[in-house]
Amino acid sequence: MEGERKMNEIRPSFLRGFLALTYRELKKWLNDPIMIVMLILQPLIWMGLLGKSINIQGLFSAENIEIPSEIILPGIATIPPSQGFIILNGTYLSRIFEDIGSKIMQSIFGVEDYFSFMSIGMISMIVVMTTMFSGISIVWDRRLGFLDKVISTPVSRAAIIFSKIANSTLRAIFQASVILALAYLLGLRISNTFTIMNILGIYLAIFLMSAGLSSIFIAFSIRSTRVERPMQLINLIMMPLIFSSNIFFPTELMPNWLQAVVNINPITYLTDAIRQLTIMEINVQALIIDFIYLSIFATILTVIGIVLSWYYLTK
Amino acid sequence: MKVIEAENLTKIFNKSLIAVDHISFSVYEGEIFGFLGPNGAGKTTTINMLITLLKPTEGRASVLGFDVVKQANEVRKVIGVVPQEFTADEDLTAYENIMLCASLYGIPSNIAKDRAMELLKLVELIDFKDKRVETFSGGMRRRLELACGLINRPRILFLDEPTLGLDVQTRAAIWDYIKLLKEEYNMTIFMTTHYLEEADVLCDRIAIIDHGKIIKIGKPSQLKDSLGGDIITITISGNEDITDVIKEIKNVKEVRKENSTYRVKVENGEIVAPLIIEAIRKRNYIVTRLSLTKPTLNEVYLECTGRAFRDGNDSEDFKFKRLHLWRARGK
Repeated sequence: MEGERKMNEIRPSFLRGFLALTYRELKKWLNDPIMIVMLILQPLIWMGLLGKSINIQGLFSAENIEIPSEIILPGIATIPPSQGFIILNGTYLSRIFEDIGSKIMQSIFGVEDYFSFMSIGMISMIVVMTTMFSGISIVWDRRLGFLDKVISTPVSRAAIIFSKIANSTLRAIFQASVILALAYLLGLRISNTFTIMNILGIYLAIFLMSAGLSSIFIAFSIRSTRVERPMQLINLIMMPLIFSSNIFFPTELMPNWLQAVVNINPITYLTDAIRQLTIMEINVQALIIDFIYLSIFATILTVIGIVLSWYYLTK
Repeated sequence: MKVIEAENLTKIFNKSLIAVDHISFSVYEGEIFGFLGPNGAGKTTTINMLITLLKPTEGRASVLGFDVVKQANEVRKVIGVVPQEFTADEDLTAYENIMLCASLYGIPSNIAKDRAMELLKLVELIDFKDKRVETFSGGMRRRLELACGLINRPRILFLDEPTLGLDVQTRAAIWDYIKLLKEEYNMTIFMTTHYLEEADVLCDRIAIIDHGKIIKIGKPSQLKDSLGGDIITITISGNEDITDVIKEIKNVKEVRKENSTYRVKVENGEIVAPLIIEAIRKRNYIVTRLSLTKPTLNEVYLECTGRAFRDGNDSEDFKFKRLHLWRARGK
């Protein structure tokens, strides 16, 4: 034993530690079938109930607009003469309304059906929720002593933080893929600019969002002695964050003061990027702006988050 | 050779709560060194400073010559830690937990695999290696913690309350492992405990710590001797004072009288007790009751800390302090 004990066999490397810790997170997660079912059910419920219940294009559909098939307008008509009224074809009129409705939907929402618009919003929402909640696991690691054990080994402190970020990001990407697939089955209409490569773009956008948001949440959670703290924070900021974005409704129709808020909310850019990559025709300029904004957001928050966590872990 | 040296090691939480108060001690290679003290005495805080989890507020400590603050990463490579809590991941199997530890140390996986099996055999968990830890009993978890702490072949093993909450058989098994590590691998072991018999059976040297200060330090036998011998308690019928009679006997050091009961401090109690009985009988008094107490660490401990256990009768102030310690440590 004495002879075997060579000091150089202990070579802590960032990559080894990072992979081992990430593997642990994923294993914990995938070992739990109920968790996986919940992860799929949750977006399904959101999309199926909320996405389908708010049926905005229904407002304009021919079946819902009850115009009598014959509308008699009083007045003096010249052609044909002598009858004293005109008959409009109401059925035809309904169709005209529907047509106008589609045009309105197209110009406001960018797509003809609200469900498509909304399900992409759901992807953003679930990405944000999953990212925030998965940061909480570090509070448990701390309380159960796992974190102490890890930091008493020579593993790189960065590996600990990055494995948590990777875990949040992978979960978010997994859930987003599930929702996208489900939405497609439920009637999502993809645009003609959609290709398989677009999915990589979607993952990149989600990665930027998750990395930034989870870094900050991990930095906050790592300081919490109770699980309730990050929960309270999530409850506090979740709704305002979601409603002050374009998840449910396009920005253009909001009051000006709200538009200002929506336009700094990173969720808006994430949602817009994913919409362009799936249901809308790609506007290259707008898409580039989305990605630049998300990159700046991710860089700033990741740096702040990592610095704060690092400071905690090495204090 | 000194492997752990601490000088004026101090930890103050939140600028006011003194958990460890200027303690100095050394641990020598190959010995089992025990930190003995009631709950909240500062044992875990001290161990956390030595294993680089906490930075000392004042003073310094070194492990195998590496400074615990400046060369923390070197320290981490050569020590093994078995924490007080069960820290193994419940969702992973025993084998996966050990391999996770190995990866954290960056041990090449071929070496790690062999060693994991060897350690699982050592702690007798080989049959359960692919079972999830959530199905394990307390004793099995403790043994797994021990195996994880040994994965990097540490030169010094830190054990924080290694037998806390275990039943008698499991505790004995853990003691056997600890002895084995010392004897077979010449490992230095630093442990904390509040079980006196554990310290007595295992430790080569003990430091008694209370309120963040080391009160006594030495071999268990030395500490017992410092109490000054055995105690014989005698009760006689009648109220006459026979203190002088007892004092005349050889090897009697001190006599204290309470009503008709006498507490006699002597050396070699087994030999002196019959002499006392004989002397009393000669004066026509009757001995109604006699007991002989050998000094135990318990008495050393009681004399040093004032109380046996803190749990039952904490003062409000002490409870407050412990709550704060708990929070400050982030538990």
